[in-house]
Amino acid sequence: MYRDESHNVVRLSEVTKTFRMGDNVVEALKGVDLTVKSGEYLSIMGPSGSGKSTLFNMIGALDKPSSGRVFIDEVDVAQLDAYELAWLRCRKIGYIFQTFNLIQVMTAIENVTLPMVFAGMNRDEYTEKGMDLLRLVGLAERYHHKPSELSGGQQQRVAIARSLANDPAIVLADEPTGNLDLATGEEIIYLLKQLSKERGVTIISATHDIKMLNVSDRVIWIRDGRIDRIEDRDKLKISVGEVA
Amino acid sequence: MTQSVERQVVLPWRQVVRISYNSIKSRFFRSLITTLTLTLAVAFVAFTWSSYEILNSVWLQASSSLQESIIASGYELTEEGFGGSPKDIWLAILSLLVCVVGIINAQLMAVTERFREIGTIKCLGALNSFVVRIFLLEAVYQGLIGGLSGSLLGALVATVSLLWKLGLAVLWSWPLGAMLYIIVWATGLAILLSLIGVTYPALVAARMQPAVALRAEE
Repeated sequence: MYRDESHNVVRLSEVTKTFRMGDNVVEALKGVDLTVKSGEYLSIMGPSGSGKSTLFNMIGALDKPSSGRVFIDEVDVAQLDAYELAWLRCRKIGYIFQTFNLIQVMTAIENVTLPMVFAGMNRDEYTEKGMDLLRLVGLAERYHHKPSELSGGQQQRVAIARSLANDPAIVLADEPTGNLDLATGEEIIYLLKQLSKERGVTIISATHDIKMLNVSDRVIWIRDGRIDRIEDRDKLKISVGEVA
Repeated sequence: MTQSVERQVVLPWRQVVRISYNSIKSRFFRSLITTLTLTLAVAFVAFTWSSYEILNSVWLQASSSLQESIIASGYELTEEGFGGSPKDIWLAILSLLVCVVGIINAQLMAVTERFREIGTIKCLGALNSFVVRIFLLEAVYQGLIGGLSGSLLGALVATVSLLWKLGLAVLWSWPLGAMLYIIVWATGLAILLSLIGVTYPALVAARMQPAVALRAEE
Protein backbone atom coordinates (compact mmCIF):
# COMPACT_ATOMS: atom_id res chain seq x y z
CA MET A 1 0.00 0.00 0.00
CA TYR A 2 1.29 3.45 -0.89
CA ARG A 3 1.72 5.88 1.95
CA ASP A 4 2.55 9.55 1.68
CA GLU A 5 5.97 10.18 3.21
CA SER A 6 5.04 13.42 4.91
CA HIS A 7 1.78 12.02 6.25
CA ASN A 8 1.30 12.45 10.01
CA VAL A 9 0.13 9.11 11.27
CA VAL A 10 -0.06 10.16 14.92
CA ARG A 11 -0.34 13.64 16.35
CA LEU A 12 -0.71 14.58 19.99
CA SER A 13 -1.58 18.09 21.05
CA GLU A 14 -1.23 19.28 24.65
CA VAL A 15 -2.15 15.88 26.03
CA THR A 16 -2.41 15.59 29.79
CA LYS A 17 -3.48 12.68 31.94
CA THR A 18 -4.15 12.71 35.64
CA PHE A 19 -4.96 9.74 37.82
CA ARG A 20 -6.82 9.99 41.07
CA MET A 21 -5.55 7.65 43.75
CA GLY A 22 -7.64 8.22 46.83
CA ASP A 23 -6.98 11.84 47.80
CA ASN A 24 -3.82 12.05 45.69
CA VAL A 25 -3.91 13.37 42.17
CA VAL A 26 -1.03 12.06 40.07
CA GLU A 27 -0.14 13.91 36.91
CA ALA A 28 1.22 11.20 34.63
CA LEU A 29 1.39 13.42 31.53
CA LYS A 30 1.77 17.20 31.79
CA GLY A 31 1.16 18.43 28.27
CA VAL A 32 2.75 16.39 25.50
CA ASP A 33 2.98 17.53 21.87
CA LEU A 34 4.22 14.95 19.42
CA THR A 35 4.05 14.24 15.71
CA VAL A 36 4.90 10.87 14.21
CA LYS A 37 5.39 10.49 10.47
CA SER A 38 4.32 7.49 8.49
CA GLY A 39 6.96 4.75 8.27
CA GLU A 40 9.01 6.03 11.19
CA TYR A 41 10.64 3.81 13.79
CA LEU A 42 10.21 5.78 16.97
CA SER A 43 11.37 4.93 20.46
CA ILE A 44 10.04 6.50 23.61
CA MET A 45 12.70 6.27 26.27
CA GLY A 46 12.45 7.11 29.92
CA PRO A 47 12.76 5.71 33.41
CA SER A 48 9.84 3.80 34.90
CA GLY A 49 7.18 6.10 36.26
CA SER A 50 8.03 8.79 33.71
CA GLY A 51 4.67 8.47 31.95
CA LYS A 52 5.90 6.23 29.14
CA SER A 53 3.16 3.66 29.41
CA THR A 54 0.51 6.33 29.85
CA LEU A 55 1.73 8.00 26.67
CA PHE A 56 1.65 4.60 24.97
CA ASN A 57 -1.99 4.14 26.03
CA MET A 58 -2.86 7.62 24.69
CA ILE A 59 -1.27 6.96 21.28
CA GLY A 60 -3.00 3.59 21.10
CA ALA A 61 -6.45 5.00 21.97
CA LEU A 62 -6.56 2.61 24.91
CA ASP A 63 -7.32 5.34 27.43
CA LYS A 64 -8.83 8.80 27.27
CA PRO A 65 -6.65 11.86 27.89
CA SER A 66 -7.76 14.21 30.70
CA SER A 67 -7.25 17.12 28.31
CA GLY A 68 -5.72 17.71 24.89
CA ARG A 69 -6.24 15.86 21.65
CA VAL A 70 -4.97 12.68 20.04
CA PHE A 71 -5.15 12.40 16.26
CA ILE A 72 -4.60 9.13 14.44
CA ASP A 73 -4.41 9.57 10.69
CA GLU A 74 -5.59 13.13 11.38
CA VAL A 75 -8.81 11.87 12.97
CA ASP A 76 -9.52 13.09 16.49
CA VAL A 77 -9.86 9.94 18.59
CA ALA A 78 -12.20 11.69 21.07
CA GLN A 79 -14.75 12.16 18.28
CA LEU A 80 -15.03 8.44 17.53
CA ASP A 81 -17.92 6.33 18.77
CA ALA A 82 -17.45 2.85 20.22
CA TYR A 83 -17.70 1.14 16.83
CA GLU A 84 -15.18 3.42 15.15
CA LEU A 85 -12.83 3.12 18.09
CA ALA A 86 -13.00 -0.67 17.94
CA TRP A 87 -12.45 -0.50 14.18
CA LEU A 88 -9.41 1.72 14.73
CA ARG A 89 -7.91 -0.72 17.26
CA CYS A 90 -8.70 -3.61 14.97
CA ARG A 91 -7.48 -2.31 11.62
CA LYS A 92 -5.19 0.68 12.13
CA ILE A 93 -3.12 -0.23 15.16
CA GLY A 94 -1.28 -3.38 16.17
CA TYR A 95 -0.31 -3.79 19.82
CA ILE A 96 2.65 -5.58 21.35
CA PHE A 97 3.01 -5.78 25.13
CA GLN A 98 5.75 -6.44 27.63
CA THR A 99 3.77 -9.37 29.04
CA PHE A 100 2.85 -10.64 25.53
CA ASN A 101 -0.85 -10.79 26.46
CA LEU A 102 -1.67 -13.77 24.31
CA ILE A 103 -4.99 -15.42 25.09
CA GLN A 104 -3.88 -18.38 27.19
CA VAL A 105 -6.69 -20.71 26.15
CA MET A 106 -6.07 -20.23 22.43
CA THR A 107 -3.39 -21.74 20.19
CA ALA A 108 -0.81 -19.62 18.36
CA ILE A 109 -2.79 -19.61 15.13
CA GLU A 110 -6.05 -18.76 16.94
CA ASN A 111 -4.33 -15.84 18.67
CA VAL A 112 -2.98 -14.53 15.38
CA THR A 113 -6.27 -14.88 13.53
CA LEU A 114 -8.56 -13.35 16.19
CA PRO A 115 -8.15 -9.76 14.89
CA MET A 116 -8.96 -11.02 11.39
CA VAL A 117 -12.11 -12.70 12.69
CA PHE A 118 -13.13 -9.32 14.13
CA ALA A 119 -12.31 -7.71 10.80
CA GLY A 120 -14.83 -10.01 9.13
CA MET A 121 -12.51 -12.18 7.04
CA ASN A 122 -13.68 -15.68 6.20
CA ARG A 123 -12.12 -18.83 7.54
CA ASP A 124 -9.97 -19.74 4.54
CA GLU A 125 -8.63 -16.21 4.20
CA TYR A 126 -7.69 -15.77 7.84
CA THR A 127 -6.20 -19.24 8.22
CA GLU A 128 -3.97 -18.71 5.20
CA LYS A 129 -2.90 -15.24 6.27
CA GLY A 130 -2.38 -16.39 9.87
CA MET A 131 -0.03 -19.13 8.69
CA ASP A 132 1.82 -16.64 6.46
CA LEU A 133 2.34 -14.36 9.46
CA LEU A 134 3.53 -17.20 11.68
CA ARG A 135 5.95 -18.19 8.89
CA LEU A 136 7.15 -14.59 8.80
CA VAL A 137 8.08 -14.72 12.49
CA GLY A 138 9.49 -18.25 12.10
CA LEU A 139 6.88 -20.17 14.08
CA ALA A 140 4.82 -21.85 11.37
CA GLU A 141 5.50 -25.35 12.65
CA ARG A 142 4.32 -24.44 16.16
CA TYR A 143 0.97 -23.04 15.09
CA HIS A 144 -0.98 -25.51 17.20
CA HIS A 145 0.83 -24.76 20.46
CA LYS A 146 -0.75 -22.84 23.33
CA PRO A 147 1.18 -19.89 24.82
CA SER A 148 2.09 -21.98 27.88
CA GLU A 149 3.95 -24.38 25.57
CA LEU A 150 6.06 -21.60 24.01
CA SER A 151 9.12 -19.75 25.33
CA GLY A 152 8.96 -16.03 26.10
CA GLY A 153 10.64 -15.11 22.84
CA GLN A 154 8.31 -17.36 20.86
CA GLN A 155 5.27 -15.88 22.60
CA GLN A 156 6.46 -12.40 21.69
CA ARG A 157 6.89 -13.53 18.07
CA VAL A 158 3.30 -14.76 18.06
CA ALA A 159 2.26 -11.39 19.51
CA ILE A 160 4.15 -9.61 16.70
CA ALA A 161 2.43 -11.79 14.11
CA ARG A 162 -0.90 -10.96 15.75
CA SER A 163 -0.14 -7.22 15.73
CA LEU A 164 0.32 -7.40 11.94
CA ALA A 165 -2.89 -9.36 11.33
CA ASN A 166 -4.90 -6.60 9.68
CA ASP A 167 -1.95 -4.78 8.06
CA PRO A 168 -2.03 -1.88 10.54
CA ALA A 169 -0.47 1.48 9.74
CA ILE A 170 1.01 1.63 13.24
CA VAL A 171 2.50 -1.00 15.49
CA LEU A 172 2.71 0.05 19.12
CA ALA A 173 5.10 -1.85 21.32
CA ASP A 174 5.15 -1.35 25.09
CA GLU A 175 8.50 -2.58 26.43
CA PRO A 176 8.55 -5.45 23.92
CA THR A 177 11.88 -6.73 25.22
CA GLY A 178 11.19 -6.11 28.91
CA ASN A 179 10.48 -9.74 29.81
CA LEU A 180 13.09 -11.31 27.53
CA ASP A 181 16.76 -12.17 27.91
CA LEU A 182 19.38 -10.11 26.02
CA ALA A 183 19.78 -12.32 22.97
CA THR A 184 16.06 -12.92 22.52
CA GLY A 185 15.40 -9.22 23.02
CA GLU A 186 17.85 -8.42 20.25
CA GLU A 187 16.12 -10.87 17.91
CA ILE A 188 12.77 -9.20 18.60
CA ILE A 189 14.23 -5.73 17.98
CA TYR A 190 15.77 -6.93 14.73
CA LEU A 191 12.47 -8.48 13.67
CA LEU A 192 10.59 -5.23 14.36
CA LYS A 193 13.15 -3.21 12.40
CA GLN A 194 12.93 -5.61 9.48
CA LEU A 195 9.15 -5.33 9.47
CA SER A 196 9.25 -1.55 9.52
CA LYS A 197 11.67 -1.55 6.57
CA GLU A 198 9.92 -4.18 4.47
CA ARG A 199 6.33 -3.25 5.16
CA GLY A 200 6.63 0.47 5.81
CA VAL A 201 4.81 0.10 9.12
CA THR A 202 5.20 2.91 11.62
CA ILE A 203 6.64 1.44 14.80
CA ILE A 204 6.34 3.25 18.10
CA SER A 205 7.98 1.55 20.98
CA ALA A 206 8.09 2.51 24.65
CA THR A 207 11.25 1.10 26.12
CA HIS A 208 14.24 1.55 28.36
CA ASP A 209 16.29 -0.92 26.38
CA ILE A 210 19.36 0.91 25.04
CA LYS A 211 19.63 -1.63 22.18
CA MET A 212 16.49 -0.09 20.74
CA LEU A 213 18.34 3.15 20.03
CA ASN A 214 20.49 1.64 17.27
CA VAL A 215 17.49 0.86 15.10
CA SER A 216 15.33 3.91 15.86
CA ASP A 217 14.86 6.77 13.43
CA ARG A 218 13.98 9.06 16.28
CA VAL A 219 14.13 8.83 20.05
CA ILE A 220 11.89 10.72 22.40
CA TRP A 221 13.20 11.10 25.92
CA ILE A 222 10.42 11.51 28.39
CA ARG A 223 10.89 12.58 31.98
CA ASP A 224 8.37 13.42 34.65
CA GLY A 225 5.39 13.51 32.31
CA ARG A 226 6.98 15.82 29.75
CA ILE A 227 9.05 15.39 26.62
CA ASP A 228 12.61 16.09 27.69
CA ARG A 229 14.21 16.03 24.24
CA ILE A 230 13.76 14.51 20.81
CA GLU A 231 16.74 13.23 18.90
CA ASP A 232 17.16 12.16 15.30
CA ARG A 233 19.20 9.13 14.44
CA ASP A 234 22.18 11.00 12.98
CA LYS A 235 22.71 12.91 16.22
CA LEU A 236 21.99 9.91 18.35
CA LYS A 237 25.42 8.27 18.51
CA ILE A 238 26.99 11.27 20.22
CA SER A 239 24.38 11.63 22.90
CA VAL A 240 24.27 7.91 23.58
CA GLY A 241 28.00 8.27 24.14
CA GLU A 242 27.25 10.93 26.71
CA VAL A 243 24.68 8.82 28.47
CA ALA A 244 26.86 5.74 28.55
CA MET B 1 -14.24 3.73 -0.20
CA THR B 2 -17.57 3.20 1.50
CA GLN B 3 -16.67 4.04 5.04
CA SER B 4 -19.90 2.97 6.66
CA VAL B 5 -19.45 -0.57 5.43
CA GLU B 6 -15.70 -0.69 5.89
CA ARG B 7 -15.70 0.62 9.42
CA GLN B 8 -17.16 -2.42 11.04
CA VAL B 9 -15.93 -5.04 13.40
CA VAL B 10 -17.83 -8.29 13.62
CA LEU B 11 -18.00 -11.43 15.67
CA PRO B 12 -20.28 -14.03 14.06
CA TRP B 13 -22.24 -16.30 16.42
CA ARG B 14 -20.38 -19.29 15.01
CA GLN B 15 -17.17 -17.78 16.37
CA VAL B 16 -18.79 -16.92 19.71
CA VAL B 17 -19.83 -20.58 20.01
CA ARG B 18 -16.29 -21.73 19.23
CA ILE B 19 -14.54 -19.25 21.52
CA SER B 20 -16.78 -19.80 24.53
CA TYR B 21 -16.76 -23.58 24.10
CA ASN B 22 -12.95 -23.61 24.04
CA SER B 23 -12.84 -21.28 26.98
CA ILE B 24 -15.08 -23.53 29.10
CA LYS B 25 -13.13 -26.60 28.03
CA SER B 26 -9.73 -25.12 28.89
CA ARG B 27 -10.95 -23.80 32.22
CA PHE B 28 -12.85 -26.95 33.09
CA PHE B 29 -12.23 -27.07 36.83
CA ARG B 30 -12.76 -23.34 37.26
CA SER B 31 -16.16 -23.44 35.60
CA LEU B 32 -16.98 -26.65 37.47
CA ILE B 33 -17.39 -24.55 40.65
CA THR B 34 -20.08 -22.39 39.06
CA THR B 35 -21.65 -25.41 37.46
CA LEU B 36 -21.75 -27.33 40.75
CA THR B 37 -23.64 -24.50 42.45
CA LEU B 38 -26.27 -24.84 39.74
CA THR B 39 -26.27 -28.62 39.88
CA LEU B 40 -26.98 -28.68 43.61
CA ALA B 41 -29.73 -26.05 43.56
CA VAL B 42 -31.48 -27.62 40.60
CA ALA B 43 -31.05 -31.11 42.06
CA PHE B 44 -32.96 -29.99 45.16
CA VAL B 45 -35.82 -28.51 43.13
CA ALA B 46 -35.96 -31.48 40.76
CA PHE B 47 -35.87 -33.91 43.68
CA THR B 48 -38.86 -32.26 45.38
CA TRP B 49 -41.06 -32.16 42.30
CA SER B 50 -40.11 -35.53 40.86
CA SER B 51 -40.93 -37.14 44.23
CA TYR B 52 -44.46 -35.76 43.92
CA GLU B 53 -44.81 -36.88 40.33
CA ILE B 54 -43.74 -40.41 41.20
CA LEU B 55 -46.14 -40.48 44.19
CA ASN B 56 -49.04 -39.27 42.04
CA SER B 57 -48.33 -41.97 39.55
CA VAL B 58 -47.89 -44.71 42.16
CA TRP B 59 -51.02 -43.65 44.06
CA LEU B 60 -53.35 -44.43 41.18
CA GLN B 61 -52.33 -48.08 41.03
CA ALA B 62 -51.48 -48.58 44.68
CA SER B 63 -53.19 -51.09 46.97
CA SER B 64 -54.78 -49.66 50.09
CA SER B 65 -51.92 -50.91 52.25
CA LEU B 66 -49.40 -49.12 50.02
CA GLN B 67 -51.55 -45.98 50.12
CA GLU B 68 -51.48 -46.17 53.90
CA SER B 69 -47.73 -46.47 53.99
CA ILE B 70 -47.40 -43.45 51.66
CA ILE B 71 -49.52 -41.35 54.03
CA ALA B 72 -47.57 -42.77 56.97
CA SER B 73 -44.32 -41.57 55.37
CA GLY B 74 -45.52 -38.01 55.92
CA TYR B 75 -46.74 -37.01 52.44
CA GLU B 76 -49.88 -34.92 52.40
CA LEU B 77 -52.58 -35.77 49.90
CA THR B 78 -54.51 -32.75 48.62
CA GLU B 79 -57.46 -32.62 46.23
CA GLU B 80 -55.12 -32.37 43.22
CA GLY B 81 -52.93 -35.22 44.42
CA PHE B 82 -49.45 -34.75 45.84
CA GLY B 83 -47.86 -31.44 45.06
CA GLY B 84 -45.64 -28.63 46.20
CA SER B 85 -46.84 -27.26 49.50
CA PRO B 86 -46.18 -23.58 50.25
CA LYS B 87 -43.30 -24.73 52.44
CA ASP B 88 -41.72 -26.65 49.53
CA ILE B 89 -42.08 -23.69 47.20
CA TRP B 90 -40.58 -21.40 49.82
CA LEU B 91 -37.62 -23.75 50.30
CA ALA B 92 -37.10 -24.02 46.55
CA ILE B 93 -37.11 -20.23 46.12
CA LEU B 94 -34.64 -19.85 48.97
CA SER B 95 -32.30 -22.45 47.51
CA LEU B 96 -32.43 -20.78 44.09
CA LEU B 97 -31.74 -17.38 45.66
CA VAL B 98 -28.70 -18.72 47.47
CA CYS B 99 -27.65 -20.29 44.19
CA VAL B 100 -27.88 -17.02 42.25
CA VAL B 101 -25.83 -15.17 44.86
CA GLY B 102 -23.28 -17.98 44.74
CA ILE B 103 -23.08 -17.78 40.97
CA ILE B 104 -22.64 -14.01 40.95
CA ASN B 105 -19.82 -14.48 43.42
CA ALA B 106 -18.16 -17.23 41.40
CA GLN B 107 -18.59 -15.33 38.14
CA LEU B 108 -17.20 -12.08 39.59
CA MET B 109 -14.08 -14.01 40.61
CA ALA B 110 -13.86 -15.72 37.24
CA VAL B 111 -14.27 -12.45 35.36
CA THR B 112 -11.69 -10.67 37.54
CA GLU B 113 -9.19 -13.40 36.69
CA ARG B 114 -9.83 -12.67 33.02
CA PHE B 115 -9.51 -8.86 33.05
CA ARG B 116 -6.26 -9.02 31.12
CA GLU B 117 -7.76 -11.31 28.51
CA ILE B 118 -10.72 -8.95 28.17
CA GLY B 119 -8.38 -5.96 27.82
CA THR B 120 -6.42 -7.82 25.17
CA ILE B 121 -9.38 -8.71 22.99
CA LYS B 122 -10.61 -5.12 23.27
CA CYS B 123 -7.20 -3.99 21.99
CA LEU B 124 -7.70 -6.34 19.06
CA GLY B 125 -10.93 -4.57 18.19
CA ALA B 126 -13.62 -6.28 20.25
CA LEU B 127 -16.74 -4.28 21.04
CA ASN B 128 -18.25 -4.38 24.51
CA SER B 129 -21.02 -6.54 23.10
CA PHE B 130 -18.50 -9.21 21.98
CA VAL B 131 -17.30 -9.60 25.55
CA VAL B 132 -20.87 -9.78 26.86
CA ARG B 133 -21.84 -12.34 24.23
CA ILE B 134 -18.91 -14.61 25.02
CA PHE B 135 -19.69 -14.53 28.73
CA LEU B 136 -23.42 -15.05 28.21
CA LEU B 137 -22.86 -18.07 26.00
CA GLU B 138 -20.42 -19.55 28.50
CA ALA B 139 -23.14 -19.10 31.11
CA VAL B 140 -25.62 -20.90 28.87
CA TYR B 141 -23.22 -23.85 28.55
CA GLN B 142 -22.74 -23.92 32.30
CA GLY B 143 -26.49 -23.69 32.84
CA LEU B 144 -27.08 -26.53 30.42
CA ILE B 145 -24.52 -28.81 32.03
CA GLY B 146 -25.46 -27.84 35.59
CA GLY B 147 -29.19 -28.09 34.84
CA LEU B 148 -29.01 -31.47 33.11
CA SER B 149 -26.76 -33.04 35.72
CA GLY B 150 -28.75 -31.47 38.58
CA SER B 151 -32.17 -32.51 37.35
CA LEU B 152 -30.96 -36.03 36.53
CA LEU B 153 -29.42 -36.26 39.98
CA GLY B 154 -32.61 -34.97 41.62
CA ALA B 155 -34.81 -37.40 39.68
CA LEU B 156 -32.48 -40.28 40.45
CA VAL B 157 -32.35 -39.54 44.19
CA ALA B 158 -36.15 -39.14 44.30
CA THR B 159 -36.63 -42.48 42.55
CA VAL B 160 -34.12 -44.34 44.72
CA SER B 161 -35.40 -42.92 47.98
CA LEU B 162 -39.04 -43.73 47.14
CA LEU B 163 -37.97 -47.17 45.93
CA TRP B 164 -36.43 -47.66 49.35
CA LYS B 165 -39.56 -46.49 51.17
CA LEU B 166 -42.33 -47.97 49.00
CA GLY B 167 -40.77 -50.87 47.15
CA LEU B 168 -40.81 -51.95 43.51
CA ALA B 169 -44.26 -50.45 42.79
CA VAL B 170 -42.36 -47.20 42.15
CA LEU B 171 -40.59 -48.72 39.15
CA TRP B 172 -43.76 -50.23 37.58
CA SER B 173 -45.54 -46.91 37.51
CA TRP B 174 -42.55 -44.61 36.98
CA PRO B 175 -43.94 -41.54 35.11
CA LEU B 176 -41.54 -41.16 32.18
CA GLY B 177 -43.30 -38.23 30.48
CA ALA B 178 -43.69 -36.20 33.64
CA MET B 179 -40.07 -36.84 34.63
CA LEU B 180 -38.78 -35.72 31.22
CA TYR B 181 -40.90 -32.60 31.58
CA ILE B 182 -39.31 -31.85 34.97
CA ILE B 183 -35.82 -32.37 33.53
CA VAL B 184 -36.56 -29.95 30.70
CA TRP B 185 -37.95 -27.13 32.85
CA ALA B 186 -35.34 -27.62 35.58
CA THR B 187 -32.60 -27.33 32.94
CA GLY B 188 -34.26 -24.22 31.55
CA LEU B 189 -34.39 -22.82 35.06
CA ALA B 190 -30.66 -23.51 35.50
CA ILE B 191 -29.84 -21.67 32.26
CA LEU B 192 -31.96 -18.73 33.41
CA LEU B 193 -30.25 -18.63 36.83
CA SER B 194 -26.84 -18.86 35.18
CA LEU B 195 -27.68 -15.95 32.88
CA ILE B 196 -28.96 -13.86 35.81
CA GLY B 197 -25.74 -14.62 37.69
CA VAL B 198 -23.38 -13.67 34.86
CA THR B 199 -25.07 -10.51 33.60
CA TYR B 200 -23.67 -8.08 36.16
CA PRO B 201 -20.06 -9.40 36.08
CA ALA B 202 -20.12 -9.49 32.26
CA LEU B 203 -21.34 -5.89 32.01
CA VAL B 204 -18.67 -4.72 34.47
CA ALA B 205 -15.99 -6.49 32.46
CA ALA B 206 -17.21 -5.30 29.07
CA ARG B 207 -17.33 -1.62 30.05
CA MET B 208 -13.71 -1.41 31.21
CA GLN B 209 -11.29 0.79 29.31
CA PRO B 210 -8.70 -1.53 27.72
CA ALA B 211 -5.84 0.27 29.45
CA VAL B 212 -7.48 -0.28 32.85
CA ALA B 213 -8.19 -3.93 32.12
CA LEU B 214 -4.61 -4.51 30.98
CA ARG B 215 -3.18 -3.01 34.18
CA ALA B 216 -4.89 -5.73 36.20
CA GLU B 217 -2.56 -8.23 37.84
CA GLU B 218 -2.76 -11.71 36.45
